[in-house]
Amino acid sequence: MKQARIATAWLGGCSGCHMSFLDMDEWLFELADVADIVYSPIADIKEFPSDVDATLVEGAVANEDNLELARDIRAKSRLVLSFGDCAVSGNVTAMRNPLGDPLQILEAVYVDAPDRDGLIPNAAGIVPPLLPKVLPLHKIIRVDAFIPGCPPPADRIQAALEALLEGVLPPNRGEAIRWG
Amino acid sequence: MRERQPAVNVSFDGVEYEGLLGESVLECARRNGVAIPSLCFLEGLTVWGGCRICVVEVAEGHRLRPACATQVAADMEIKIETPRLRAYRKSVLELLFAEGNHVCAVCVSNGNCELQDMAVHCGMDHVRYDYQSPAREVDASHPKYVFDPNRCILCTRCVRVCDEIEGAHVWDIRHRGQQAELITEMNKPWGESLSCTWCGKCVAVCPTGSLAYQGSAIGEMEHDPVMIKRLAVARNRGEWLDPKGVS
Amino acid sequence: MAAPIDLHEVMEREREERFRTRWRVKACSSTACLSAGAGATIKAVEDLVEREDMALEVQVIPTGCMGLCSAGPLVRMMRRGGDESDYQKVTPEAAIEIVRSHVLDEQPVPEYELDVTMPFFTSQERVVLANGGVINPDRIESYVAHGGYQALEKALTTMKPKQVIEQIRLSRIRGRGGAGYPVASKWGLLASAPGKTKYVVANGDEGDPGAYMDRTIMEDDPHRVIEGIAIAAYATGASEAYIYVRAEYPRAIERLDRAIRVARRNRLLGRKILDTNFNLSVEVRIGAGAFVCGEETALLASIEGLRGTPRLRPPYPTEKGLWGAPTMINNVETLANIAPIIDRGGEWFASLGTEKSTGTKVFALAGDITNTGLIEVPMGTSLREIVADIGGGVPNGKEFKAAQTGGPSGGCIPAKFLDTSVDYDSLRELGSIMGSGGLIVMDEDVKMPDVAKYFMEFSMDESCGKCTPCRAGTVQMHSLLQRLTEGNGSKQDLRDLEHLCSVVRDTSLCGLGQAAPNPVISTLQYFRSEYEALIHEEEVVHA
Repeated sequence: MKQARIATAWLGGCSGCHMSFLDMDEWLFELADVADIVYSPIADIKEFPSDVDATLVEGAVANEDNLELARDIRAKSRLVLSFGDCAVSGNVTAMRNPLGDPLQILEAVYVDAPDRDGLIPNAAGIVPPLLPKVLPLHKIIRVDAFIPGCPPPADRIQAALEALLEGVLPPNRGEAIRWG
Repeated sequence: MRERQPAVNVSFDGVEYEGLLGESVLECARRNGVAIPSLCFLEGLTVWGGCRICVVEVAEGHRLRPACATQVAADMEIKIETPRLRAYRKSVLELLFAEGNHVCAVCVSNGNCELQDMAVHCGMDHVRYDYQSPAREVDASHPKYVFDPNRCILCTRCVRVCDEIEGAHVWDIRHRGQQAELITEMNKPWGESLSCTWCGKCVAVCPTGSLAYQGSAIGEMEHDPVMIKRLAVARNRGEWLDPKGVS
Repeated sequence: MAAPIDLHEVMEREREERFRTRWRVKACSSTACLSAGAGATIKAVEDLVEREDMALEVQVIPTGCMGLCSAGPLVRMMRRGGDESDYQKVTPEAAIEIVRSHVLDEQPVPEYELDVTMPFFTSQERVVLANGGVINPDRIESYVAHGGYQALEKALTTMKPKQVIEQIRLSRIRGRGGAGYPVASKWGLLASAPGKTKYVVANGDEGDPGAYMDRTIMEDDPHRVIEGIAIAAYATGASEAYIYVRAEYPRAIERLDRAIRVARRNRLLGRKILDTNFNLSVEVRIGAGAFVCGEETALLASIEGLRGTPRLRPPYPTEKGLWGAPTMINNVETLANIAPIIDRGGEWFASLGTEKSTGTKVFALAGDITNTGLIEVPMGTSLREIVADIGGGVPNGKEFKAAQTGGPSGGCIPAKFLDTSVDYDSLRELGSIMGSGGLIVMDEDVKMPDVAKYFMEFSMDESCGKCTPCRAGTVQMHSLLQRLTEGNGSKQDLRDLEHLCSVVRDTSLCGLGQAAPNPVISTLQYFRSEYEALIHEEEVVHA
């Protein structure tokens, strides 16, 4: 049987969803038997590959790198899933939105803060510029299913992946969609 | 004790139940163990009818009605779980989530929140609408309690309980539309309020993490809205009065 | 207690006064003409009369609205027992020229003459506005001279309350505030409501953009409103009444206040009205400018001194209204129709208009139309007649595209329905409403999604915030319309917009929210391609 091609990606988030992913512990071995992880922050792969069956995207879209990767993922994945509250709703990553212009926030953090050298990090091609507003993934690309949670508990991720491996979308009723 | 009211037949989603004249559709459903989702309603307080989560269909083709504010009538056919009503409830919830800053993950009420539970109940796995991300300042001036307007859904339970049960009327609403917001006294910081009795009823009835005890950490805040029901029922029964009639 | 006014004696006196001078100069002093400079025009004539010692020849009478506001200031020269000449855009200099020419040379001044044979004037049927341009709103004698308070006297002295309601029933008049509820039914409900204290409330909280029917009625014929209230109170057993006027109408407030005082002094209000056993006190209540206070339960809350937010119905105000007492709310225009109905009989009124929409309706014509102004036509007049004939058509050679009725609660009627009869039911069938009478004409250049966005912004700003769908739903609909009109919308945005139309319409608490999606729904119904043309190809575009 052909192995399923699964990817996970990390946009504007704390990587907690990926920690929870690792919390699936020994089930990861079962997953490895039926699926290839073709791209993930926990695998050393530089380019997002083509022909991906399903991609779990952690994190909100907060900067231009996130935006670019999100669009790349959509173009190369049959299914895209918002993985965790930041991708689903913006969550903590989006808590900067009420504060307005990102430049003001950068100034508050890097210029006005006493223990800093007064410079906003700026390195073209390395430090990506922030978007005016942090947005949930589905406001940028079409999203096929949502796995909320901060982070989604390991068994919720497992149930989602089991559903995907059976060719159906993850459960979207009951406790499976509890935020927070 | 309230007098036994005349009984009539009603049906919820095609199943017949006993309704009592004088009670609301919502009360009738709860008494019979039928679930009608609601948010602003709280037994013991006057009916507000603002959240619109509890809207039901009464007879075909008719305008939707809030179950909390609709009186039971004989042979009333009430629909709760139609595709249209499910879709509407979910939309109304999404509107609530989009207008405030409800970040469950870092909320004192995470896991003990009526709004969060309602989202689960209504199948809200994401919000289609644009997050408004309003800039709202937390009022932590009160020595005992904190008010976080970011999590307020304007259900006015706090306004009503403070006015109707405690009799202090510390809370009210100012402005209108999307600018509408809760205020304490004449928009003074809560901590400077002279009328607040520190009774904590507003905190007890808050359905979200908007009103909480000072120092609560994420997920630590547990509300106790049923306390108000106990108070209201006891008051209606006159349980504080001397049984011999000497008050 | 002073004796009540003797209506017939006043009429006699006024007739003599009318014939006292050879010339009467009637100058429109309504708000629209005043803003066009009528104040200076009137002053110029008064100065002229004094300077050239014409007081025995000429009297100057400031009047209410003559209708054709776009041609203001309007002035009418009336010769004793003879001709009238109407003038438009009368500057102070023009006024002096006109008055001197008439009085000294018996010559009209063609340069400023207004053609009153044009359809704008001949196609109207003035019942509510009958006194506009005729009486001096500040003089009760002037109102009485033109038949004022006769209906009240007739009702109080010759009719039982039930007979009054019977005439209203025969007239089949429906509420002029927008929804078109049968007036007699409402009166009947209040009349049969138990309790000693009952209230009648006149709703003058007109708020639709571009609409000023009620303002004009209150400013130009305040006694007509008061007379209607008094008859309504007599018929329903109410002894207290309020006129709720928005604060943005200071002239209406001032004139109503004065009219109430004068009416009380003349025993047309107060205790033992016209020496009968009927008592009624009337007070003006001033709103703070919230559109939602036109909604009757929010209006009542506002009168009680509370936040103007709607209450749940039932109970309806006729059961539990002001301070818990039975209360009836009638629109100002409805009340202005009452005296003529009692005067001339319900059957006369029912002979005007159509079977189901009787009488006349006042409209404020605005937008891309030659003759903007205030008109009154029989119900059932075709939209074409209103726009093309009375309104003089769309200016600058442009094509008519749509007419908007009902303001932010109404819809747009496209050109293919120009022959629609303008009545409650026909407009509703087309997805609009009669509303209070705002009628905005739009030419071919108007983009309908922009129109929808404009009205959505209005509803969003005016939502009271009590219920979720109206408070938060209008915000989302506005932001979707914003994105679409900027050309950044997606197919999903259009789907979300349509879904929200249903959500907000079906789940909102009061009429404001329930009707807020109407401008979107109706423009989508008739001009869908304009929305589709705005859609960006991609499914989701936000960044």
